Amino acid sequence: MGRRVSLFVTCMVDQLFPQVGMAMADVLERAGCQVDFPEDQTCCGQPAFNSGYRNEARTVARHFLNTFEASEAVVVPSGSCTAMIVHHFAELFHKEPETLARVHALEKRVWEFSTFLTQVAGVEDVGACLERVVTFHDGCHGLRELGVKDAPRRLLAHVRGLELREMTPAEECCGFGGTFAVKFSELSGAMARTKIDAIQRTGASTVVSADPSCLMQIQGALTRAGSDIGTLHLAEVLASR
Amino acid sequence: MSRDNVLHKIRTALGRGAGQAAPDPPAARIRIPLVSMDARVASMLERVRALAGEAVATDDARAFVAEAIAGKTALASNAPLLAECGITSLPGVRSGITDREELRELCAAVDVGITSADYALADTGTLVMLASPQEARMISLLPPAHIAVVPRERILTGLDELFSLLPNPAESTSSMVLITGPSRTADIEQILVRGVHGPGLLSVVVVV
Amino acid sequence: MSTEFAQKSHEALVDAKLQLAIYTATGRLKEKRSDVVSDSALPDYQELRTQANAIKKHTIDNLDHYLEEFERNVEAHGGKVVYCKDGTEVSDFVLSLAKGRAAHLIVKSKSMTTEEVDLNERLEHHGMESVETDLGEYILQLAHQRPYHIVAPALHMTRYQVADLFERELHVPRETAIEKQTALARAVLRQKFLAADIGISGANFLVADSGAVVIVENEGNARLTTSAPKIHIAVAGIEKVIPRAQDLATFLKLLARSATGQLLSVYTSFLSGPRRAGEIDGPDEFYVVLLDNGRTRLLPDKNKRQSLYCIRCGACLNTCPVYRKIGGHSFPWVYSGPIGAILTPQFMGVQHEPALPFASSLCGACGEVCPVKIDIPKILLELRSDVKKSDAREGRNRLEKLGFRAFAWLMTHPRMFEMAGRIGRSMGWPTSTKGPLAAWLSERDLPPLPAHSFRELWSRR
Repeated sequence: MGRRVSLFVTCMVDQLFPQVGMAMADVLERAGCQVDFPEDQTCCGQPAFNSGYRNEARTVARHFLNTFEASEAVVVPSGSCTAMIVHHFAELFHKEPETLARVHALEKRVWEFSTFLTQVAGVEDVGACLERVVTFHDGCHGLRELGVKDAPRRLLAHVRGLELREMTPAEECCGFGGTFAVKFSELSGAMARTKIDAIQRTGASTVVSADPSCLMQIQGALTRAGSDIGTLHLAEVLASR
Repeated sequence: MSRDNVLHKIRTALGRGAGQAAPDPPAARIRIPLVSMDARVASMLERVRALAGEAVATDDARAFVAEAIAGKTALASNAPLLAECGITSLPGVRSGITDREELRELCAAVDVGITSADYALADTGTLVMLASPQEARMISLLPPAHIAVVPRERILTGLDELFSLLPNPAESTSSMVLITGPSRTADIEQILVRGVHGPGLLSVVVVV
Repeated sequence: MSTEFAQKSHEALVDAKLQLAIYTATGRLKEKRSDVVSDSALPDYQELRTQANAIKKHTIDNLDHYLEEFERNVEAHGGKVVYCKDGTEVSDFVLSLAKGRAAHLIVKSKSMTTEEVDLNERLEHHGMESVETDLGEYILQLAHQRPYHIVAPALHMTRYQVADLFERELHVPRETAIEKQTALARAVLRQKFLAADIGISGANFLVADSGAVVIVENEGNARLTTSAPKIHIAVAGIEKVIPRAQDLATFLKLLARSATGQLLSVYTSFLSGPRRAGEIDGPDEFYVVLLDNGRTRLLPDKNKRQSLYCIRCGACLNTCPVYRKIGGHSFPWVYSGPIGAILTPQFMGVQHEPALPFASSLCGACGEVCPVKIDIPKILLELRSDVKKSDAREGRNRLEKLGFRAFAWLMTHPRMFEMAGRIGRSMGWPTSTKGPLAAWLSERDLPPLPAHSFRELWSRR
């Protein structure tokens, strides 16, 4: 195999959840990929874009383009960052046809982590083992913009010792929404508490997601509520042995 | 009044000129499933019942109606079907009203309104009623109970078939009403209550 | 955000009873919709959405053409079309007609469009009695409140509140049984229907090839409103027009299912003109008021134009995690929920309530359930950009703009980004009582800062 893959760990993982990036690299290597980390990477620009600052977002997007253009494949441990790149970058460059062409070319090579494993690497069993009862939270951008629903579950199904319990209601937003979480903090908190109610009802000890920002919101709310329930990124589960 | 003002704003915004032709719309989506008459009748009855309406298929509509209105006052429309079925000659049934005010007064006073229906839609349990000299609007609306008599051949598969047969209902009537179940509301605490303004009791008699 | 929006949403969030009412009611509607649009219940669902979107797009892109066709056909069937650019013109029209016919009593069926222009208030101000006949709207009229939800207007009220209201306004003994409350309203309103001079309705669809208005309801009050009085006036936004009666085979299949989980609403009326020769009952006069009220302002932008496709089903409200927490009265205008969040800034200007496009986590659930496939999240994002451009022009929120400029600079200087991270981690989370960190901490804990960044760990690998 030796498929060449570049990691875009995302600014959040780089600075706050480095273990997620390490786990992702580990799993990709186990799946037979040759992994590199373009050092100039920073952020996809989503915070600026979502806050209405398109010029600033464009600046950051351009930097991303320059950093990753030479990569054969880019793998991202976040549905929302992936969606930003593959769906929204194009909106930023409709006045620059040449850059737009480069964006369209790159879009095809940028993958959300679980999608990459199942669809591109064609792998569902990464040899993971974790004895835990978990529930899975679908990050909204991954779910609705990228169709990430089955892939994580198929991967989790092969983790030895793992029991997955679905929460009801399913597919509900955790309330992070980027700057929404701090601009509308009371509302965001209320949404988080509804989410953790559903989580607690599953009896799971751990919440797994493919989106680090959701995990930050959910874990923050769980801890605040005095709960013992922990959170793990999908990559961390798949890297467990 | 503001006709020119509004139309002008629209045209300017859309970049269209006055009197400019429009391209053809996307083809209307009409898909008529193949469903046997027996299956249509069965579906119609099932759907009406699921909506808390009463539904029967019978060759003796008169007998059914006679029992349904026993001890009650009823007003029947002037639909020839009702006379043919012998319903208008039942004791307690008035019909033949053509004056608007008289009709309204009676409708407001009787227990049951009896009408025919032009069509029925099997997949949703719907009655289709076109206003006409034979069928007034109020009879299926004001009385607290409504009995509709419809020949089985008039049961269509659904909306697609209806609009395929009647692509322009406005050509024949000022009012076509689709009735799907008894009147209802859930406006207070989402609790279902039947018979708010329209009839709370609906009976569909399919004549076989 | 405005203090009003902050205040109202806060009040909703701390009202535990209200929270339960909103969540339960919307949850029920959400589930019912889900049941009837599932693959087994409606295998054609996605195709129908695509078709509905295509028809709306075509119609709005050629709106003048279809309005004129509609007008011709209304007139061919003995009715009259009146274009009104705003609410004043609507009430002027109704009042002058009423005066000419010595009319005093008006019955109304549910119409968000008439709420938009406060028609009842205007008519009452000029001495008309205008009575809402939809049960929920009737209750709100007595309570002097705005609708809480597009389809379930009195969602926020309990039977006890209704009991108090009826006791006070109708001078009847207090009655808390819902069936009896409904029966009371029925009796009161029946008298109004039968005595009314004019019936004013809305319209769910205006059918161009037939000159017909289509009205969808469950109670029967719209049928009575449009059949009992001698004059029927239908008030509808210009965007309600569809090309053909046959298109109803598509739209009617989507509307009730999306709104309440019913296959079809109890009554669907297809009305074209006054009663025909020989018809025994029905109105003698038929008018359709086509209202602009700012809709033409939504037409120029090709992307945002799709906001006008809305068929007012309310599905987006029922699925929106934000609406389900802050409810309809937190919104500044008659339209609430995701559709309200995109219509209000476009009708009123983005500075009317600059918070609206941002009061969303962009989860996308709304776009997923919209029967006409309006890309609500995309429009919210564009409106956010519009708000910031407007802020820049007016010199507002300068600090925030500076902050994002700094963000862009940092993210295009990787070594600086690295260094900033290292410094931040060594200092630990700052303690502050204001700003984003404090806002975060008001509701949840912060994650512990790691000793090293990913890139530091990677370089040691």
